[in-house]
Amino acid sequence: MYEGVVQDLIDELGRLPGVGPKGAQRIAFHLLAADPADVRRLVAAITEVKERVHFCRVCGNVAQDEECRICRDPRRDVTVLCVVEEPKDVVAIERTREFRGRYHVLGGAISPIEGVGPDDLRVRELMTRLADGVVTELILATDPNLEGEATATYLARLVKPMGLTVTRLASGLPVGGDLEYADEVTLGRAFEGRRLIDV
Amino acid sequence: MHVAHLSLTDFRSYPTLELPLDPGVTALIGPNGQGKTNLVEAVGYLATLGSHRVAHDGPLVRQGAERAVLRASVLRERRSTLIELELTPGKANRARVNRAPVPRPREILGLLRTVLFAPEDLALVKGDPAERRRYLDELLVTRTPRMAGVRADYDRVLKQRTALLRSAGAAMRGGGGDLRTLDVWDAHLAEVGAELLGARLDLVTALDPLVRRSYRELSRDPGPAPVAMGYRSSLGEQVELTSDRHVLAAALQAAMAQRRREELERGLCLVGPHRDDVLLRLGEFPAKGYASHGESWSLALSLRLAAFELLSTESGGDQPVLVLDDVFAELDTSRRARLADLVAKAEQVLVTAAVPEDVPEALDGARVDVCAGEVRRVR
Repeated sequence: MYEGVVQDLIDELGRLPGVGPKGAQRIAFHLLAADPADVRRLVAAITEVKERVHFCRVCGNVAQDEECRICRDPRRDVTVLCVVEEPKDVVAIERTREFRGRYHVLGGAISPIEGVGPDDLRVRELMTRLADGVVTELILATDPNLEGEATATYLARLVKPMGLTVTRLASGLPVGGDLEYADEVTLGRAFEGRRLIDV
Repeated sequence: MHVAHLSLTDFRSYPTLELPLDPGVTALIGPNGQGKTNLVEAVGYLATLGSHRVAHDGPLVRQGAERAVLRASVLRERRSTLIELELTPGKANRARVNRAPVPRPREILGLLRTVLFAPEDLALVKGDPAERRRYLDELLVTRTPRMAGVRADYDRVLKQRTALLRSAGAAMRGGGGDLRTLDVWDAHLAEVGAELLGARLDLVTALDPLVRRSYRELSRDPGPAPVAMGYRSSLGEQVELTSDRHVLAAALQAAMAQRRREELERGLCLVGPHRDDVLLRLGEFPAKGYASHGESWSLALSLRLAAFELLSTESGGDQPVLVLDDVFAELDTSRRARLADLVAKAEQVLVTAAVPEDVPEALDGARVDVCAGEVRRVR
């Protein structure tokens, strides 16, 4: 244990995701030795992020204004909507530059163990967005794990009466990989999702 | 296949251990508490990623050490594979195959296959259904390593659905309640559950004739009561059990719909392979409660022998390593001799015993003395 404020700092840092007690100690001593100007910049960045960044009132993505950059962009296709779990998933899909529609960020996935049900996610907001009939295709891009699949199934059932096209991201073999290195589950899924080749 | 070399670091009582092994019989002899079983436990762990003695990794790491390393060189049709596993309690275990790291320890399943006989096996006949389910599931994973993933998925769905039943049940009693997501979890439980159930049914069908045969060979009386192996599903008697996954999934889902009220009241998943049992019959009667001590032992040994037989046949005669941990001391003379005759010809047999007299003559072979965590090849 260290004295007073140093230990306070280590405790606070240790609460961050991905930082263990050793890492927290290392960061704390790095900050102690650092140039005061650098530390002030870090403090300012943290304060600013809490004060200035909001969640977009349309899609739930992080935004500096009422609406995020993507929702304000008139060039985006308003008829296709992609549902993801977290803002970082938006960033991941944006990096592909393949998708020109808009997003809806749920803020997590259904997980009864953690007490997360549909009411804790932005599902009601999604239904409101779909109500005007502008969106014709809904892409469910939740994580390919148990909770993500359950969330996708739930949403697919919920929007079924609305008659729009609902799709799920394909899961299967990684591009550039070797077939022999794929695990059985992935390879099995790839077999299930095989498609016709157009020639 | 056989283990040509076993080496351990900070595993159980061993700071370090190097043990070269030959095909054929090796008897590990030493008084109780000297570390014989730790050796066969290590071999079993490399084969199944689990211990037959404890449910968690904690006790496997030597007191005061941070991690344990298990290493076995396995020879199969003259090809050698080096399997390494690092156990760090509280962290993810890591595995390497021929010095190359693999993404998940699960990948080593199937490289070393063992069939273990232990004093605890009596519980297969006399114990709770959970013991018999574990026997089936462990064999499923050895047979098709992919089933490890199915089992893990099933456990996870089960936990999620149970959590939901609890909270939804409580909310319903309070007048509210949210059952919309329950349908979704029903569908997932049915899908993964059908996969597990179907695989178990296939396995029981394959094992039944082998268990019957092994039991006949082990029993001394000229006409022993015939044994039979069956499966009792939580779906009840009226549902015909097939191995068609779609039929099973539909049946599971229908059963969940039917029992939903009860499930909500009790906050438990009442339908699915986690509620099933393996039925062992001796003549007209269920073995549990009716079989004598000796008959129960014969039946338990038959289950293990059948597993050995099945794994050998299905891999084109490549036999798993047989491990007999302290079982001979539990058996009467005639069962002892018959079991010894049945296993003597296996490619590799590892036997542990407190005294040399506990090892039947038919299992004459190499002998390693184990004393206070030191091993010494005697013969």
